[in-house]
Amino acid sequence: MVTQVYIPRDSSALSVGAEKVASAIAAEAKRRGLEVQIIRNGSRGLYWLETMVEVATENGRVAYAPVKPSDIASLFEADFLNGKSHALCLGLTENLAWLKQQQRLTFARVGVIDPVSLEDYIAHDGYLGLTNALKLSGAEIVKTVTDSGLRGRGGAAFPTGIKWNTVLGCEAEQKYIVCNADEGDSGTYSDRMIMEGDPYVLIEGMTIAGVAVGATQGYIYLRSEYPHALATLNEAIANAEKAGYLGENILGSGKTFNLEVRRAAGAYVCGEETSLLESLEGKRGLVRFKPPLPAIEGLFGKPTVVNNVISLATVPIILDKGAQYYADYGMGRSRGTLPIQLAGNIKHGGLVELAFGATLRELLYDFGGGSASGRPIRAVQVGGPLGAFLPESQFDTPLDYEAFTQIWAVLGHGGIVAFDDTVDMAKMARYAFEFCAVESCGKCTPCRIGSTRGVEVIDKIISSKGKPEHAKTIQLVRDLSDTMLNGSLCALGGMTPYPVLSALNHFPQDFGLPATAEAGKA
Amino acid sequence: MQDIEITQDENLAIDALIVRHQRTPGALLPLLHAIQDNIGFVPESIYPKIAKALALSVAEVHGVVTFYHHFRTHKAGEHVVQICRAESCQAMGSEALEAHAKKCLGVDYHQTTADGQITLEPVYCLGNCALSPSVMVDDEIYGRVSSAELDALIAEARR
Ligand SMILES: NC(=O)c1ccc[n+]([C@@H]2O[C@H](COP(=O)([O-])OP(=O)(O)OC[C@H]3O[C@@H](n4cnc5c(N)ncnc54)[C@H](O)[C@@H]3O)[C@@H](O)[C@H]2O)c1
Ligand SMILES: Cc1cc2nc3c(=O)[nH]c(=O)nc-3n(C[C@H](O)[C@H](O)[C@H](O)COP(=O)(O)O)c2cc1C
Ligand code: SF4
Repeated sequence: MVTQVYIPRDSSALSVGAEKVASAIAAEAKRRGLEVQIIRNGSRGLYWLETMVEVATENGRVAYAPVKPSDIASLFEADFLNGKSHALCLGLTENLAWLKQQQRLTFARVGVIDPVSLEDYIAHDGYLGLTNALKLSGAEIVKTVTDSGLRGRGGAAFPTGIKWNTVLGCEAEQKYIVCNADEGDSGTYSDRMIMEGDPYVLIEGMTIAGVAVGATQGYIYLRSEYPHALATLNEAIANAEKAGYLGENILGSGKTFNLEVRRAAGAYVCGEETSLLESLEGKRGLVRFKPPLPAIEGLFGKPTVVNNVISLATVPIILDKGAQYYADYGMGRSRGTLPIQLAGNIKHGGLVELAFGATLRELLYDFGGGSASGRPIRAVQVGGPLGAFLPESQFDTPLDYEAFTQIWAVLGHGGIVAFDDTVDMAKMARYAFEFCAVESCGKCTPCRIGSTRGVEVIDKIISSKGKPEHAKTIQLVRDLSDTMLNGSLCALGGMTPYPVLSALNHFPQDFGLPATAEAGKA
Repeated sequence: MQDIEITQDENLAIDALIVRHQRTPGALLPLLHAIQDNIGFVPESIYPKIAKALALSVAEVHGVVTFYHHFRTHKAGEHVVQICRAESCQAMGSEALEAHAKKCLGVDYHQTTADGQITLEPVYCLGNCALSPSVMVDDEIYGRVSSAELDALIAEARR
């Protein structure tokens, strides 16, 4: 009998040796004359346990983790191919508490299936959404997405259905669907996990978008740092074309949708949608003035839907199970689920998909297990390099767009980066300015000049600690932040004050101020 | 502007890539990627050729190549080592790793070791943030990298 063994091909799993584990298992099986079929799945998202090897048994998949090449001989000795016990055995994967406590809608198949196998995708409810969509009018598809309450998961949380409706309402001989796969935020990797672990769900979501608004060409703008995602996407697109899920006359519907991956080139600002469009057109990624919105004048001047990977990859389940099914999850105006990414100094880092409403504390401690270093978690940055730093007193904030706005923070793309008590928050503020200076597109002065000035001012704050001019330098950084907040063309310059001022306000002692000064003030 | 020699073969390869990409909408980035994938960099001496094929000015081509961190106008070392400088990796000690790399290799960022083997580059996020600190050597990512492991990776690359 051939035993099926699952070993992830996800880049994070590869980063800790999954490839060596896979070849060691293949070699050992051969040596012992045992027949195994190795399936390279995506990651289940329990990254601290990579490389996680799963064996299909009659009771379900049994997990062994974290497996190193040096464990292979003993795993075979213990008869792991029959799911037998071993020091690394975690039991049935589906019973792992970390997974059981999640609500995986967008990530339902990630880690479960062979990412490039179209048969596997279809066997796990793939393409049911598109099949339904093809029976509806464009307006009906858009209404379903609107009714689901789905908001842009790239960070700005604009309602996806309303964006699509603008494009649907435009008359044009050509429209485009552009997937923003630039995933520049540190602490985020959910886009990558989808592209590497379930690429067809993104392809299906983009196809539904195309059918809905009448766009026949799609582009995935993929960051150049993701070579594995590139290979997986290209393989999946080729398979989908061959099977009639992409190209002309999709599934006999008479509709056309073509899809192509374009590589970005390492500029953070190109994740901003108008900069991205410039880049796709082959130009420097200078941010455009809005209006006109990309929905009206986007790629090559044509109406264009620009959506994040997760937004698009969530569309198939909405079209499959219905708007209400999705909207039933969540709190307030944040409907559905959010794939949260635990990162930085965290013991159990990984992907947690939950309905909106869980608190930061639950994520950091119940899922994350506290810091990796074992020291207290002092600060977390949520929402990437342009997101605010939150102190422990704010860890009970629920993950909800509006709740975060209320405390002058951003949920963004759902990345949570933890820092222990060795962090120097003045240094983090300096880094925020430095990052903005490196990545600024240079189009507007508050960002281009302000960021460089910001680095200098923070240096002055640090060097003037305890001196009379110190108070003046603090005022300087506040004024500068004000200018950037109000005078920048895009959120790169406009949101850099979030990490800077939140660090200053919540951790004043790191800037040479008394611990109580202005805490909580934005 | 330093002129960098390219071989006849490289020139032919570039011509073929230009022909292949010429008609693609928004061709410049895909073409630059293809050239860099093929010969390792985008020499300034070929800007006029690219400009002519895509009906752009040489200044526009120059502007695009220099705007993006990914494109290089000089040959890199045999191997490129990128160290992540972003927040998640900082939280896990990437600063010490950076310092270690610079000291051991005897170069700063954007420089190549004297033996021409290793070019050191900073990178802002590799999407491996649950396993920080991260390093990329050529096309492979490594997670939870200690100084000793970085030494081993560099030694392996040099071999
Ligand atoms: N994911 C990442 O890696 C990353 C990196 C940096 C920033 N961000 C996030 O990006 C956000 C800022 O993004 P932004 O500047 O694009 O925000 P924005 O508010 O300008 O736009 C949000 C989206 O809604 C669209 N839109 C707005 N009004 C519309 C209308 N009437 N009809 C149709 N479409 C409409 C916009 O075109 C855009 O696609 C920040 O909040 C930040 O969290 C994410
Ligand atoms: C500097 C900057 C960088 C951005 N980077 C990304 C990114 O990497 N990925 C992303 O989806 N959105 C990014 N955005 C947000 C996009 O501009 C846009 O809001 C998003 O792609 C829309 O898709 P959504 O509605 O599905 O979220 C960025 C915005 C700014 C200002
Ligand atoms: S804020 Fe910065 S990145 Fe945004 S348009 Fe202005 S200069 Fe460019």
